[in-house]
Amino acid sequence: MAKNWWKVLTIALVLYTLWAGLMFQVPRLAILNETIRAMHFHVPMWFGMVILLLISVVYSIRYLAKPSDDLDTRAIEFANTGVLFGILGIITGMAWATFTWGEPWSNDPKQNAAAIGLLVYFAYFILRNALEDPQQKARISAIYNIFAFSVLIPILFILPRLTDSLHPGNGGNPGFNAYDLDSKLRLVFYPAVIAWTLLGVWMSTLRIRTKNLQTFLNDSEK
Amino acid sequence: MKALHTLKYWTILILLSLSLQAIGQEKQTITATDYSNQQIEMADAMRSNGKIYVVVSVILILFIGMSAYLVILDKKVTALEKKVKESAQA
Repeated sequence: MAKNWWKVLTIALVLYTLWAGLMFQVPRLAILNETIRAMHFHVPMWFGMVILLLISVVYSIRYLAKPSDDLDTRAIEFANTGVLFGILGIITGMAWATFTWGEPWSNDPKQNAAAIGLLVYFAYFILRNALEDPQQKARISAIYNIFAFSVLIPILFILPRLTDSLHPGNGGNPGFNAYDLDSKLRLVFYPAVIAWTLLGVWMSTLRIRTKNLQTFLNDSEK
Repeated sequence: MKALHTLKYWTILILLSLSLQAIGQEKQTITATDYSNQQIEMADAMRSNGKIYVVVSVILILFIGMSAYLVILDKKVTALEKKVKESAQA
């Protein structure tokens, strides 16, 4: 139980996010109306994705420094959950955009960048499955993971700022979000980011643990 | 030489953050009037007749159910890990 306190925290924070995100007072803004609440659910997917992919790339770098099966498993599973968050982020963003920007996909630079970023990560999974030798698979995919992460960050956070974007905080504006300044929204938004990210970490650890069990069973069969 | 380096580093950092401030002015700020702006349509009806609580409780029940499922799954994995550990020692 002592080791699992953060799982309790995860559930508590998500419950808080769901309740506060739907019930707390929000600014009444034109076009956005009640949809501003989607900020507590859509945006944390991206924060969560970047954090999970960062954890993944750290494990990949550690793998290259000192190879071990465990580090490779951690890298791939954190990337898996990170990409899941990214897919959910794209879908929720399209739903939100339909009602605020008028269409699900407006070729907004950040939308396109997110799609490209995910494709780069799909290639990571395909690359892994294409390689037979486990050591070669782990090494090459660790290198590719570093490449994928270093592509993702500039296309998501730098390029959209150099042009005009529908996303707040872009188009030359360095702030993360136009609504970031409001303390009432922040009271929900920051816990929401922590909540969804921790949920992603929990999901990743479950996948890592089942994968380790599988590896053990495969080894003992031999 | 090292001091010069540090100086250069901090100067760039300060100038960068100053420029952030300058562009930051374009940010759309939210004021107290935005919270009371009755011109903008919101889900006020759902709030006044209390129906919003139904929606929120449905969502909360869903998540409570799913997290219970997740906790049970976590416990099952822990039990398997224990078993595997024991059989590895045996």
